[in-house]
Amino acid sequence: MNNLKNFNIFIFIYNIYNTKNIYYKEDLFYFWEKNMNLDKYLSLSKKVREEILKMIFLAKSGHPGGSLSTVEIMIALYFKYLRFNAVDFFENDRDRFILSKGHVCPSQYACLALSGLIPMDELKTLRKIGSKLQGHPSYKAKLKGIEVSTGSLGQGLSIGSGMALGLKLDKKDNNIYVLLGDGELQSGQIWEAIMTSSHYKLNNLCAIIDYNNLQIDGKVSDIKSIMPIKNKFDSFNWNTIEIDGHNYAEIFSAFDRFNLKDTDRPTAIIAKTVKGKGVSFMENNPSWHGKAPNREELDLALKELENFKL
Amino acid sequence: MENKATRVGYGEKILELGRENKNIVVLSADVTASTSSHLFAKEFPDRFFNVGISEQDLICEAAGLSLVGKIPFVSAYAVFVTGRCWDQIRNTLCYSNLNVKIIGTHSGILVGPDGATHQALEDIAIMNVIPNMKIFSPCDYIETKKVIEAISHDFGPTYVRLSREKTPVITKEKDSFTIGKANLIADGYDVTIFATGVMVGEAIKAREFLAHEHISAKIINIHTIKPIDEETIINSVMETGCSVVAEEHQILGGLGSIISQILAKNCPIPIEFVGMEDKFGESGEPFELLKKYKLDSIGLLNACKKVLKRKK
Repeated sequence: MNNLKNFNIFIFIYNIYNTKNIYYKEDLFYFWEKNMNLDKYLSLSKKVREEILKMIFLAKSGHPGGSLSTVEIMIALYFKYLRFNAVDFFENDRDRFILSKGHVCPSQYACLALSGLIPMDELKTLRKIGSKLQGHPSYKAKLKGIEVSTGSLGQGLSIGSGMALGLKLDKKDNNIYVLLGDGELQSGQIWEAIMTSSHYKLNNLCAIIDYNNLQIDGKVSDIKSIMPIKNKFDSFNWNTIEIDGHNYAEIFSAFDRFNLKDTDRPTAIIAKTVKGKGVSFMENNPSWHGKAPNREELDLALKELENFKL
Repeated sequence: MENKATRVGYGEKILELGRENKNIVVLSADVTASTSSHLFAKEFPDRFFNVGISEQDLICEAAGLSLVGKIPFVSAYAVFVTGRCWDQIRNTLCYSNLNVKIIGTHSGILVGPDGATHQALEDIAIMNVIPNMKIFSPCDYIETKKVIEAISHDFGPTYVRLSREKTPVITKEKDSFTIGKANLIADGYDVTIFATGVMVGEAIKAREFLAHEHISAKIINIHTIKPIDEETIINSVMETGCSVVAEEHQILGGLGSIISQILAKNCPIPIEFVGMEDKFGESGEPFELLKKYKLDSIGLLNACKKVLKRKK
């Protein structure tokens, strides 16, 4: 993409500007780099988790469980795979990311801020009146990185498929990434979109399924099982890849394979994840689907994250 | 008077516009020929997408296309393309204010023999309550072409309500058309008839009957239901002092409700309503059904007489 050289300088200025507040002083560390080493990704994993918890604590509501299970996927996208120009984001050709499971936007907002698309300070306004950081992503706020409003589940894959159709029509090589929840696959429209995208051979479309096997009411497998999920995608003529959604090496290899475009099928990455990943008392616990931590819980969680490892 | 279906006006105009603007794309949900999209599909196969019987996907695919700079026109039966995917229209199209044009053909009771499941009688109500949405209900074939042309240059989510049945061509090519500006069809001073879609033709017939009884009716064609032309509506009842609203739609939540709200606030006068009285339709010949449910010129005539009695 253009202006990649200017990008680091831009981020530098951006961060200086936004670190007047002591609360976010350490963020000067997180300059975007083209080839970050694994340690840098791991420190980002920790950093994004801290931001998610702080954000939801300040908002007094939100969805920590699913936000924490999507962190590594989101980081891989924003810090490695998505091609965009942070300066004049909307004016340029770019890869698109749609967060179909809109309720886990804290994870996206943290990545937008850490990659220089929105000011770090903005994170404190999550869910507050007048904020650009709505409880579910809003296109109205024209935030760099939010490509469409989401929140009503089941619609993101169709939107991504439509974008992929349009980009193919214009012979552009940009990619579309859509992050779906596993419970979201219970929605009928998802399967309409799955059929449309394989019918139109949209190999520029990549769906990632955050497969944490939990939804509001409990285990996905108990409520309405989506198994056998790989076979389902295979039989709908998708290119299907199963990975551990917290393992960077596996995530990168899956995205690399999608980027090869050696098939005319759309790609589904089924990422096995842990809801609440990184905070022991939130892990695999459906009661943390949509609840904010109180002060004690936040402190406990941040303390645990000090020794975070993947 | 010549009879022509409004849906044919759409099909012919979108083909013409497609030749001028290559950003126009057309989507269908397995009803390509019956929505008249086949002309475009034949000439521009690359810019035509059939998603099959999946209206929810249809709306969001169009949303995606609009987000990469296309101008999508999606067409399907009015009852399904507004009702089945209402959430997609609200949360994806209108909340994000996307440039997608929804063409609902086969609206109203004129669908006839197919019966109640296929007769869209609630579409105006459910589209009108969504912010950012614009609604058009042209009265004939010629006006439909003008609507399609106008909305192709306008930005934002739009719903156009069309009929399957051939209906009288009332307007002329040279008649003016502006988005949001209601048209005077005929002047009068005893009663104002606000009509939309096929009911404009019925209003013209009713006006002739009324003339025999020395009653002079003014007819206003409301082709743009949202944004509604408040000014013309208020001014057109100043002299007559009473009005009848006619629509091939449920009375609840339709044009009658919209006009009542405006008049109640600005100049309360007696109003009568011609529309479906909180009922489902049924199978039958189209114009037979209009008569049975009092959605024809006789129903309008009686409503006018009733409102005149209520006038002080």
